[in-house]
Amino acid sequence: MKTQLGGATAFYGVGNGEHAPEQPSVVFIHGSGMDHTVWLMPARHFARHGYNVVALDLPGHGGSEGPALTTIDAMSDWVSALLEQLGIGEAAIVGHSMGSLVALDFAARYPSHTRSLALLGTSTPMPVSDVLLDAAKNDDRAAMVMANTWSHSAPGLMGGHKSPGMTLYFGGLRLLQRTPEGVYFADLAACNAFEAGPVRAEAVACPTLVVLGNEDKMTGPKQSRAVASSIQGARVVELDCGHAMLSEQSNAVLAALKSIV
Amino acid sequence: MSKPPFEFDTLALHAGQRPDAETGARATPIYQSASFVFESAEAAAGLFNLERTGHVYSRLSNPTNAVLEERIAVLDQGVGAVAVASGQAAMHLAVATLMGAGDHIVASRSLYGGTHNLLSYTLPRFGIKTTFVDPRDPAAFAAAIQDNTKLVFGEVVGNPGMEVLDIPAIAEVAHAAGIPVMIDATFTTPYLCRPIELGADLVMHSATKFLSGHGIVIGGLLVDGGVFDWAASGRFPTLAEPFDGFHHLNFAEEFGPAAFIARARREGLRDFGACMAPTTAFHILQGIETLSLRMARHMENAEQIAKFLSEQAGVLSVLHPCLPSHPDYELAKKLLPRGAGAVMSFEIAGGREAGVRFIEGLKIFSHLANVGDAKSLVIHPASTTHHRMDAEALVAAGISEGMIRLSIGLEDAADLIKDLKAGLRSAAKGGR
Ligand SMILES: Cc1ncc(COP(=O)(O)O)c(C=O)c1O
Repeated sequence: MKTQLGGATAFYGVGNGEHAPEQPSVVFIHGSGMDHTVWLMPARHFARHGYNVVALDLPGHGGSEGPALTTIDAMSDWVSALLEQLGIGEAAIVGHSMGSLVALDFAARYPSHTRSLALLGTSTPMPVSDVLLDAAKNDDRAAMVMANTWSHSAPGLMGGHKSPGMTLYFGGLRLLQRTPEGVYFADLAACNAFEAGPVRAEAVACPTLVVLGNEDKMTGPKQSRAVASSIQGARVVELDCGHAMLSEQSNAVLAALKSIV
Repeated sequence: MSKPPFEFDTLALHAGQRPDAETGARATPIYQSASFVFESAEAAAGLFNLERTGHVYSRLSNPTNAVLEERIAVLDQGVGAVAVASGQAAMHLAVATLMGAGDHIVASRSLYGGTHNLLSYTLPRFGIKTTFVDPRDPAAFAAAIQDNTKLVFGEVVGNPGMEVLDIPAIAEVAHAAGIPVMIDATFTTPYLCRPIELGADLVMHSATKFLSGHGIVIGGLLVDGGVFDWAASGRFPTLAEPFDGFHHLNFAEEFGPAAFIARARREGLRDFGACMAPTTAFHILQGIETLSLRMARHMENAEQIAKFLSEQAGVLSVLHPCLPSHPDYELAKKLLPRGAGAVMSFEIAGGREAGVRFIEGLKIFSHLANVGDAKSLVIHPASTTHHRMDAEALVAAGISEGMIRLSIGLEDAADLIKDLKAGLRSAAKGGR
C-alpha cells in the first residue's frame, strides 16, 4: 500500500491483508539495504490472524521514495509519522538489524505507541567495521557482497534453504542490489553513529523479546544478550543461524514472534 | 560482483544440501513421498498461506527436488529455481508465468527443434505469437519488439549453426524496452556459461543433457536471476498485479526479487503440474556432482575432434565456435572462455546418401536423438528428425542434406577419431 508522507510516497506491505487500523497493529522494520519483503512470512501470518500489518519500507528502500534518512532518530520519527498518518495508536514493533535500532529508539521515545517490542539480530552500539563502511562509501555493490556473506551462518553459506527452491546467498544479495546507490552507506553509517542505544534500552518499559542467531557475525550473540540484559524483563530466544535469521530460520522466527506480538 | 562464497566445483558438490540431521545420510536422500504430514492444523494453514516453509505435496515441492533446485540456482547465480518434468516443460512454465493470450515473444531463429515447434505451431493456438530473428543481430531483436512483447529468448549456442548469442548485447536492447531475457543454457551448463552473470534474467536447462551426463532421465530446470524489476517494467500483470488465483497475492510486492520463481511454483507447478519425480532429481544431482570434470573432458575431446574433422577431405565444412573459420570464433573466446560446448555439426561430401552411409559406418558413436550424454552421439537430421523435408525446405531450416550433428562424449579421443575415420571411409566408398 502507498501513502504520502512529507511529500514523498511511502510504501508498506500488509501481508496480503487489509489496512485495518481498528485491529491490533504490528509494525515490521527492515535492516540496512533491505525492504519489507524480508517480512514476507510473518507479515502474512499476522495478517491472516486479524492483525493490522505494516511492513514498512524506510525512505529510499523498496517502494518508498528517498532520500534515505541518515540517523536512527530520524527513522523512528518517520515511523511515528507514518503510524499517525495511518491512524495507528499502538503497535507491536518488530525490527531486524538496523530496524532493531529503529524499533528500540521508537519504543523508548514513543512508549505510549509501543505495545511490545521484538529485536532481531540486534546490538547497541552497532559498530560497523571500517572495512565494510569504507567499502560501502566507495563501492556499495562490493560492500553488499561482503555483508551478505557475513550475514549467513557457515552452513547457510552452502545453502539448504528451508523455502523450497530458493537460495539463501543470492536471495539476500539480489535484495541488497535493488537498493539505489548511496542508500546502503547511509544505512550503515546511521547504525554506526547511533550512540543512544544503552540510554534507550533503559527507557523501554514494554514486554520485549530479543531473537539472536548463535552464528551471527554481524551482531554477535554476546551483543544481543547485552541488549536484552539492559532492558527490564526482556526475554531471549536463541536460534541456530546467522544474522540472516529471517531466511535461515523463518519458521522459528515466526514461532518466537508469536510469543510477543 | 556477485560471486558466491565458494568456488564452482565446491558448490556443484555441496550447494543446497547438508548431511541429514536425523540419519547422518551424506548423499541427498530420495524423498519418494507424494505428500508430507502437517505438524498441526495451524501449521497446515500457515503452509498454504505461504507464511511457513516446508513441503505439502510433491507436485508443488519435494525435499530432494529442493536440493537440485537450490544447487542449480546457486550455480547459475539466481535467487531460486523450479525443477520440472522436462526441458520443454521448463520453457512452457516460463512462458505461462510471464504471459497469456495476445502476448508476444522475440526469439532467436536458431533453436532446438522442440522449442521451435512450441513457439511457431503450438503457442499461437493459445494466442501467443513469436517473431524469429537472426541470433547474430541484436538490432533485429530490438526491431522485433512490440507493445505486447513479454520475452526475448535465445540459446547460448544455437543448433545446427552453433551461433553464439551475444547475451550482453541482446540483454541491453531487451532491457531498454523493459523486457526480460531468458536463455536456454542446455548445451553449455553453468560450467561454460552463466547467462545471468552476462545480463540475462532467466535461464532454462534441459537437465536431460550435460547436467545429468548419464542419459538416464528427462528433466528441466528454470532459474530466476532475481534481477529483473517486474513492477517497473509495467508489462507484467501476472507478476505485479494482484492474482485472484492466490487470494490477491501481488508477487512483485510480496516476494520482491523472487517474484517470478514464486509465481512459477505457486501457479505454474500447482496448475499445470509438470513436476519432476524425486528420483529424477536425485539422478540429476549425481550428474551435477561431476559436472566440472565432465565438461572439461567434453571440451577437450570436442576441440580435438572439430580440428580433426576440419582437416578431412570428405568433410566440406565444420561448424564449431572453437574453429577460427567459425563466424563467432572471437565472440566465443570472449563469452565462453572455457569452451562453446561439445555439440558440433559438419557437412559431409556426397549429400543425403553419404550421410546415411557415414552413420552406418560408425561403431562407437550412437545413432540417436539426444545430446549431452557421456557417450558420443550422432544424428543425420536429413534422414531422421527432418526426413519429411526436401532439399529446399532443409535449406530454409538451416540444414543441408549432408549435415551431421555430433555430441562428443567422454571416450578416449583417439578411439572417437578412429571411429569417425571409419565412418568417413564408408561414406566415401558407397559414393563411387
Ligand atoms: C537446447 C535444448 N533445449 C531444450 C530441449 C528440450 O529438453 P527436454 O528434451 O528435456 O524436454 C532440448 C532437448 O533436446 C535441447 O537440446
